[in-house]
Amino acid sequence: MLYREAGDFKTSYREDNQSFPIRFDRIAVQVALVLALLVVPFVINDYWANAVALPFLIYAIAAIGLNILVGYCGQVSLGTGGFMAVGAYATYKLMTAFPEVSIIVHVLLAGGITAGVGVLFGLPSLRIKGFYLAVATLAAQFFLVWLFNRVPWFYNNSASGQISAPERGVLGQAVTGPNAEAWVTYLFCLLFLLFCALVARNLTRGTLGRSWMAIRDMDIAAEIIGVNPLKAKLTAFAVSSFFIGISGSLFFAVYLGAVEVGEAFGINKSFLVLFMIIIGGLGRIAGSLMGAAFLVLLPVLLKNLLVGGFGWPTDLAAHLEFMIVGGLIVTFLVAEPHGLAQLWRVGKEKLRLWPFPH
Amino acid sequence: MPDQLLFAMEVFLNGLMAGVLYALVALGFVLIFKASGIFNYAQGVMALFAALTLVGIMEGQVPFSHLINAVFGTEVHHFGWHLPALAAILLTGVVMIVLAWVVNRLIFRHLVGQEPIILFMATIGLAYFMEGLGDLMWGADIKKLDVGLPQGINLWIDETTFEAFGYGFFIDNLDLWATGIAAALVVALTIFSQYSKQGRALRAVADDHQAALSVGISLNFIWVLVWSIAGFVALVAGIMWGTKSGVQFSLSLIALKALPVLMLGGFTSIPGAIVGGLIIGVGEKLFEFAIGPLVGGATENWFAYVLALLFLVFRPQGLFGERIIERV
Repeated sequence: MLYREAGDFKTSYREDNQSFPIRFDRIAVQVALVLALLVVPFVINDYWANAVALPFLIYAIAAIGLNILVGYCGQVSLGTGGFMAVGAYATYKLMTAFPEVSIIVHVLLAGGITAGVGVLFGLPSLRIKGFYLAVATLAAQFFLVWLFNRVPWFYNNSASGQISAPERGVLGQAVTGPNAEAWVTYLFCLLFLLFCALVARNLTRGTLGRSWMAIRDMDIAAEIIGVNPLKAKLTAFAVSSFFIGISGSLFFAVYLGAVEVGEAFGINKSFLVLFMIIIGGLGRIAGSLMGAAFLVLLPVLLKNLLVGGFGWPTDLAAHLEFMIVGGLIVTFLVAEPHGLAQLWRVGKEKLRLWPFPH
Repeated sequence: MPDQLLFAMEVFLNGLMAGVLYALVALGFVLIFKASGIFNYAQGVMALFAALTLVGIMEGQVPFSHLINAVFGTEVHHFGWHLPALAAILLTGVVMIVLAWVVNRLIFRHLVGQEPIILFMATIGLAYFMEGLGDLMWGADIKKLDVGLPQGINLWIDETTFEAFGYGFFIDNLDLWATGIAAALVVALTIFSQYSKQGRALRAVADDHQAALSVGISLNFIWVLVWSIAGFVALVAGIMWGTKSGVQFSLSLIALKALPVLMLGGFTSIPGAIVGGLIIGVGEKLFEFAIGPLVGGATENWFAYVLALLFLVFRPQGLFGERIIERV
């Protein structure tokens, strides 16, 4: 009975085209935003920030980025880990080279650099399609990780081969480094996520987003009706890599603090983000958020349940987690290929009619 | 002969041998792709799973023993028998056939007619599931696999080359065996698909699903058959790689190595898988030998992908792949 659109009249195109056309949704999102921005920072502690909030926010940015490429433009990429590494190392080089510049600028610049690298590795997509492209993006993954591992310039010749983030702050509060407080890092990542989600949402419903979707649905037909595939594919790679770069940058600077490239940005990261958007829903911004939340929360829950609740050894829990994640992916593809976002949409349809069957 | 050239020749030969092993994995991919249009990412994990099962059966391990012990607080580990290698291989073959049937029944039957990329992602999910299952069933520790294949330096080649060039080549016996077995496998598969009834049906399905259905070929049977054959190929690959470097998680990563092989050779061609494997094997070993020291080594991690990528830009369907014709 709560979820009604009766009496909610739209009198302008602007109102009709808004992101949340139903008043209840709009209010729910506003409440969620107020909670996330004004309440959570006061109650969050280190455990919640590091185990749940930060990974969720950062992976959500990466998932939005990958969703633009895979979900909206239809170009399957397995190079996410490599592009995140570009963002991380770009941030590191910028932070150490220009210590007086704000960290916000560094993160955005790192995104820009990653976008450039993404375009470079996106060039073959003009010739190669489908699986062949998916495999070709593995070249980016392995080459980039190798590059950051082997060329000492990237890690400033540090003896361990690791990079670690020096302390930088915004408005006098440390965001990176060991002295950063949980609520500061949380807010910092949250603001970036909101920025990315807003940009992605508005890009995907404009001309650019429509040309991506045309390429995804059938590239030859799109070309015939006047969509430039060169422009559409390369912008998709650029925008996608921009977001992924930002997430890699935050992952390194804010979340982990110190990174060894093969471990943090290996092929598993690419698959993890891909799973997030499959489970969440391809071609939906909300799906990226849901998928990221799901795959961040699931291991924490399982670990607490199996190791904490039943007292199983951790390796058993880890194996079981693999099985559950794999099984879930298959189940989702069989039962609901459009992911959590679609389930949510179906649920909303049901809610509108409830308690009547039709 | 100058030393450098001799070293290069040795590297070349070892590259060929490594290439055969890559080709062995790639072969499993090609078989499934041709018959069902599914790009089976789980092939590498199938090899790992087969090898794990083989070791488990040979050693008489109790499946899921860790899980059982954790849940019921018991202490069971072994049945206390040791099976001969051949019996264990046969039993593992049966397990792989059951697996093929289950996979088709539970997953791919429900995904008929979906886009290829959805099927691809389903196999990634399958790969994760089987990785967890294998570890849960048999434990995640590194196991030794010994089915009686000879290992170590081949003395005959060492002596012959020493007499000829004054420098003995190091060729592993196991690699020679792998080459022989891979060749036999390819011949057997070719004969099977050319001359047997099931083989013909298989090719018919590969050619056109609907036409094959309309002349009375059972798609379900063919798919189970193909997955069983791929499981068998995975078993052979698992034995080879497992004997070489122990049965462990990294075995499943050979699937990633087989991908550039496929791209180079074309997804639909069995000879392509072999030739592609050889090119990648030789290419990455020679590149590491010649250029590797200059740029910090470990170029084997990415060389194959970059080579395949550059190659595809000029020939998108691979060396032997069917020409891709697209219509609106």
